[in-house]
Amino acid sequence: MDIDRANTETVERMMEARPVLVGLGKAIDVVPGMRHNLLLHAGPPITWDRASGPMRGALIGALLFEGKAQNAAEAEALVKSGAIDLEPCHDHQAVGPMAGVTSPSMEMYILENKTHGNFSYSNLNEGYGKVLRYGAYDASVLKRLHWLNDVMAPVLRHAIEAGGGIDIKALLAEALHMGDEGHNRNKAGSILYLKALAPHVAKAAPNADVAAAILKDIGDNALSVLNPVMAACKAMADAGRNIEGSTIVTAMARNGTDIGIRVSGLGDQWFTAPCPQPRGLYFPGFTAEDGSPDIGDSTITETAGIGGFAMAAAPAIVTFVSGTPQDAIDTTLEMYEITFTEHKYFTIPALGFRGTPTGLDIRKVVETGIEPRVNTGIAHKDAGVGQIGAGLVRPPMALFEKALVAYAEKYGF
Amino acid sequence: MAAINAEIRRSAYYDSVVLMQLQRALVELPGVQDAGVVMGTTANKEILAQSGLLTDAANAAKADDLIIVVSAEDESIAGAAIAQVDELLKRRHTQAANQTYRPKSIDAAARMMPQANWMLVSVPGQYAAGVAKQGLSLGKHIFLYSDNVSLEDEIDLKRIAADKGLLVMGPDCGTALVSGVGLGFANRVRQGPIGVVAASGTGLQQVTSRIHQLGSGITLGLGTGGRDLSEAVGAQTALQGLDILSRDIETRVIVLISKPPAERVARRLLRAARATGKPVVVDFIGYQAPQAEDGTIHFAHTLDDAAELAVSLSRNAPPIAAETPALPFAAGQRYLRGLFSGGTLAYEALLLLQDYLPAVYSNTPLEPAYRLQNALVSQEHTIIDLGEDEFTVGRLHPMMDNDLRIRRLQQEAADPQVAIILLDVVLGYGAHPDPASELGPAIAAARATAQAAGRTLEVVAVVVGTDEDPQNLSAQMEQLQQAGAHVALGNESGVRYVGERLRNLNGIVSGKPVSLDTVQPPLAAINVGLESFAESLHAQEAQVVHVEWRPSAGGNERLASILARMRER
Repeated sequence: MDIDRANTETVERMMEARPVLVGLGKAIDVVPGMRHNLLLHAGPPITWDRASGPMRGALIGALLFEGKAQNAAEAEALVKSGAIDLEPCHDHQAVGPMAGVTSPSMEMYILENKTHGNFSYSNLNEGYGKVLRYGAYDASVLKRLHWLNDVMAPVLRHAIEAGGGIDIKALLAEALHMGDEGHNRNKAGSILYLKALAPHVAKAAPNADVAAAILKDIGDNALSVLNPVMAACKAMADAGRNIEGSTIVTAMARNGTDIGIRVSGLGDQWFTAPCPQPRGLYFPGFTAEDGSPDIGDSTITETAGIGGFAMAAAPAIVTFVSGTPQDAIDTTLEMYEITFTEHKYFTIPALGFRGTPTGLDIRKVVETGIEPRVNTGIAHKDAGVGQIGAGLVRPPMALFEKALVAYAEKYGF
Repeated sequence: MAAINAEIRRSAYYDSVVLMQLQRALVELPGVQDAGVVMGTTANKEILAQSGLLTDAANAAKADDLIIVVSAEDESIAGAAIAQVDELLKRRHTQAANQTYRPKSIDAAARMMPQANWMLVSVPGQYAAGVAKQGLSLGKHIFLYSDNVSLEDEIDLKRIAADKGLLVMGPDCGTALVSGVGLGFANRVRQGPIGVVAASGTGLQQVTSRIHQLGSGITLGLGTGGRDLSEAVGAQTALQGLDILSRDIETRVIVLISKPPAERVARRLLRAARATGKPVVVDFIGYQAPQAEDGTIHFAHTLDDAAELAVSLSRNAPPIAAETPALPFAAGQRYLRGLFSGGTLAYEALLLLQDYLPAVYSNTPLEPAYRLQNALVSQEHTIIDLGEDEFTVGRLHPMMDNDLRIRRLQQEAADPQVAIILLDVVLGYGAHPDPASELGPAIAAARATAQAAGRTLEVVAVVVGTDEDPQNLSAQMEQLQQAGAHVALGNESGVRYVGERLRNLNGIVSGKPVSLDTVQPPLAAINVGLESFAESLHAQEAQVVHVEWRPSAGGNERLASILARMRER
């Protein structure tokens, strides 16, 4: 069997995918396999009894948002009763940042890969502070969710459709030249997103006040494009799924308890290990002891060849880990050692426009002992507190070792 | 008494990460309990409020104001902490380090320095062969310092290297001088006209240092590893080294140093040494040479002696011609076929050819390994005694009947790999009355056959006889010469003539020759293992990239073996 040839096919498909944001729709209407009693969550499968604080908080918040429970206790009882199913976003062509909890009536971004025809989905970004994705669920959180769903989403849908869709791959390529790495830093990308939307929002909004509120919201939120970017990365990674014999990682995600990966040649099997604790910098009043183990589907960015892998493009944020701009360069150079190729379309000016490290290869990770480097936000370990810092985390070697052993068994090595 | 101090800086934008780092630095100051350094956005103010850090002044800040708040054991500590903010901010800018990336894998190192032509390997022995093999597959010469490499691995590595025109110096090779740079343990020796091949590390250091002390210098000092001259390895690296030095026009004198090798290996080395066409000083340490000189070979008794002899020879040696004279043969022509009627002549030819060729096949070989599988079919270099019983059953001896030899002559002439055919023509009573009258036209026909195919076939005839023999020596010689044969009157002179030509035709080593460009300056190398080797290369201004090497899969044998199988399939 020619592993390199299989991997070439995987990364070619990932790189040639062209995800375009084509619209929005309710999860129950658009997400494959969505059901009224189903909540999607980040990472590999999880049950309530093993779920982390932020994950539990987000699940409670989503049930409150859906009107299925009137308070936290009711919501908790409902989940425990077994009446609510929990499944990974990744099983439904979707991704969500942090807890990633997605409920049936939530409005979803719809991404279409124009090259291969597959679709992907993500919820809307709530911005900073107290938000559902960090496990907060008080009245202000629910109020904001309703505003996003009921006021902003319909306007965005019309705006996106009127503009004929937004090519997120092109947006990312440009943002990488403007100091973003596409995971922790999406400042430039969000401004490009705002620029693309603005004229259509102005027309689609029912009045100027709503238009202004929406534009201000998107403009103030330096993560506004994160969710479409993650869905775009999901569409690219999915294009490389299920290639016989390929050792390339096609999903990498955390649920706050476990971190898991999927490998192209090993189908939909998750290989999991306990989530590590991120290393990084904390907001005032918080320390590492307050942090939750790592959480979120946002590592789909590294899976697609950006995020921490493209750190050299974003020297402004290297100080999360002590660093100097040289550290940013070194991070990306190190990731070249464990990836299969260099991206054809995502390039890094500081490295002479070299392509980003693309196609995380389990062989190379195990061979070199280099764990991938992932950028991340840090959630408080208790539900409802929110983000308390940002930093980096290295998915543990055990994931890749387990996957390699499974690969050897499947393919008879 | 605990105190909270705040400072607001108007319109002072900093990246949030810079601020978070600053905040961490403040919290680390003695006596400081908590600190907040944030832009004055509503969300940030809420965060400060949660921590009890939102003073009135901070609450009044606008979104583009910088808020610095410190809570400390007392007022003075809080004030002092805030006073240090600028100092802390400034310190961050000066930390920018100037280091470059250090690769973890050999592949990454090779991509970083594609011009590297050497790889230094000094990892633990159990991993050394694997690392060296990786280096060979990337087209690098290997300086293999590691010891505890198995004999099988050494043979395997050297075979791979020979096929690729690469060198494996080692295992257990401590020193070498290449492209004016010392590898491993090496002295700083000036460039000069003497090339050294050494199976002994300290021997190489002693001789090269002494050469330097005597005012001369070194072109290349090539190590082989101590086991290279064993019978099993067969001096593969040493022979490649002699071949390189023979072709390197800067090298005027060659020194060969080792402990006394196995007899057969010694013979091969001396044959190769002769084939270099340059003066070679041989110091087989402790070896009692039968004579001090043997043609171009000069035996030294000690390392000092070797150095002095080399320096003195280099001062007197004639300049080396850039090119050896061209031979007339076509590409692919390289083998000898000797068709003898006289058994003793054939035997002596086999003995003499040991000085020139590594192996000659025969139906009467010197060693069983070189017995022809089928006496009717030649292999590589072959000497046939046609007077052996297997050829004379039911027919006359070839001294009387030329028929068999003539047919074999045609057969050999048709082989495109044959360059020279060697015959004996024995005259006298009892022999054929006029052998040249039959052999002459056959020789002419054989040469014509080759010519028609675009080749040049040389035929060398050793004639045994006197001018008083019935066949008339001079008449026989004349007929053979007219047919295009080179005629010799002594067996030794005829065989040596053939040997010289074959030596030039066959080179010193089998396999692909090492490209001289790859051993010329500048040296660029990948270092895997001891970091001090990279540092000393760096100190000598060579280009080097050091690999932060770890064993495959961190030394986990199960995973490493899976990876190895995946690589091979």
